[in-house]
Amino acid sequence: MSRRHISISVDRLKRRPSGSPSRKLPADDRSCPKCSSHYRAEELRRNLGVCASCGHHFVVGARERIDQLAEGAGWRELWSELRAADPLQFVDLEPYPDRIERAERKGSNEALVVGELRVRGIACIVASMDFPYLGGSMGSVVGEKLYRAAERCAERGLPLVVVTSSGGARMQEGVIALMQMAKTVVAFELLRDAELPTVVVLAHPTTGGVWASFASLGDITYAEPGALVSFAGPRVIEQTTREKLAPDFGLAETQLANGQVDDVVDRRDLAGRIAKVLGILDRPRAAGPAPAVTWAQERAERAATVARGLPERAKRAVARVTRQDEGGNR
Amino acid sequence: MSVSARKGGRFVRRIATRFHGSGSESANAIWETIQLARHQDRPYTLDYIPRLFTEFEELRGDRYFRDDPSIVAGIARGEDGPYAVVGQQKGRDTAERTHRNFGMPSPEGYRKAMRVFELAEKLDLPVVTLIDTPGAFPGADAENRGQGGAISRSMQAMLRLRVPVVAVVIGEGSSGGALALGVADRVLMLENATYAVISPEGAASILWRDAAKARDAANAFQPTAANCYRWGITDVVVPEPTGGAHTDHDEAARILGTHLARTFKELRGMAPGERQRQRRERYRRIGSYREVPNADGTQLVVQGDAVHHSGAGPTG
Repeated sequence: MSRRHISISVDRLKRRPSGSPSRKLPADDRSCPKCSSHYRAEELRRNLGVCASCGHHFVVGARERIDQLAEGAGWRELWSELRAADPLQFVDLEPYPDRIERAERKGSNEALVVGELRVRGIACIVASMDFPYLGGSMGSVVGEKLYRAAERCAERGLPLVVVTSSGGARMQEGVIALMQMAKTVVAFELLRDAELPTVVVLAHPTTGGVWASFASLGDITYAEPGALVSFAGPRVIEQTTREKLAPDFGLAETQLANGQVDDVVDRRDLAGRIAKVLGILDRPRAAGPAPAVTWAQERAERAATVARGLPERAKRAVARVTRQDEGGNR
Repeated sequence: MSVSARKGGRFVRRIATRFHGSGSESANAIWETIQLARHQDRPYTLDYIPRLFTEFEELRGDRYFRDDPSIVAGIARGEDGPYAVVGQQKGRDTAERTHRNFGMPSPEGYRKAMRVFELAEKLDLPVVTLIDTPGAFPGADAENRGQGGAISRSMQAMLRLRVPVVAVVIGEGSSGGALALGVADRVLMLENATYAVISPEGAASILWRDAAKARDAANAFQPTAANCYRWGITDVVVPEPTGGAHTDHDEAARILGTHLARTFKELRGMAPGERQRQRRERYRRIGSYREVPNADGTQLVVQGDAVHHSGAGPTG
């Protein structure tokens, strides 16, 4: 009767979508790791990747994230032609190009997707990180795309929204990946010069070089419930310091209490919250910022000051000129 | 890289051309460099400061929470005027190492650095940073006090400086903990210093899942000065005395001093705004990527739910 598929197969619950085995799953059904509710892919997608029964936030890919923020409206992807190169000819357990190829086969082209869209009517540029692509790690392409996104924002007077989900700098690009941290900080400096707001949304997980660069520099910073936000991962900390970490270490809620984020925002409220803050800060940019005293007014006042010392006829001439100015600049 | 004797001024060009064409250095040479960069007799920040400057006054504390001894900061008198100096400090014996936390800074260290950058800005002091750290401290307290934000804001502060700023990698430069002091007009690197995204041990345990594979990791990263020069990460490779900097601290500092003087002389000739612009441009340029046409069917215009990417669904 019910169309809802209920599975109690322990075997299936164990199968996490890591790497190739997930290919064998029918469609891409998911089980909630917290309450084990089972969802069809389509169902979960409609629910924005949030478990309807316990509120667990699943990791969502970059494009799906932008779809969510666009809420069914169209959006344009920018610079999808940028792809990872292999400057170090890096080989760990497998060569870096093989990793890239495998990740690209999964449907992403890099760990950052940039889109031009409207969030509830407010035009902005959204840069969204793709955790399924090599752990959302930041390499040269992520740095370059974010820089270009910031540049375009500055050119067009648009706010920048960044959704982060990353393990940190991309090891396979070595010190070049490290330098992307500085590059992204430069990108945010462009927006400071242009007096444009940046909204950063920290999704699970935001760690390493991403948290230690642009992710911690947002004007407004939100985190998703349960997202891990920290520079060093819990495992590294436990290994290095031999201290047992609290179970809520580094989670969004803890970081809110620590003063590291402005709020913990449920994904289902995210578009609304982003639109709200951007709405508060919105200015009619197309016409340019309106200064308190316009050029024409200033000129008229200066002329009037001069005119006070002049004979009556000259005053009339000045008045005629300033009237024309005002008319012309209206 | 062999650490045999080198002569004078052509050094940088020689070392660069040597690694441009034929590719990588041997695994043994790289491992040797890493050992030298971490050599316990290698001059540290506090060994360089009295040799580079005639006087130094250390400034302590971040004015928010505490002093972090893993970063040394202060004002110093050079031959040509006052400077601000900031650098990580490892310890030489066990007691000092513990005190200095092995040169792994906490947020307070970076906030102290930012405080001194601000002072430099106010008093128009050129800034020298000396980088020597295995990385920022991975500790729960450090995280709770905002390690990530401290590192990013330190980079931001360095980008905003109107005074000239030169960073020198004197030993081990690993991870964001090093870069936090490394955003500069010019980055100098000592011949046997290393600069990498993570320590070889860290990389081994993450990528190889085996900390014993540090040697393999080092070989994959090739974090040597010559390579960093090639990739545009560093501008000058500073020669060390024969055998390495640990054999002769005075000579190592003297050579570094000449290079610093030369670099600052060049930077002083530029307008502050121009320095800032070029500093940004320096980091903007770093990166290596391909541009491919969208042959894989990636749609440029995506319509809401209409688009499906295989495997891009939610994962847990």
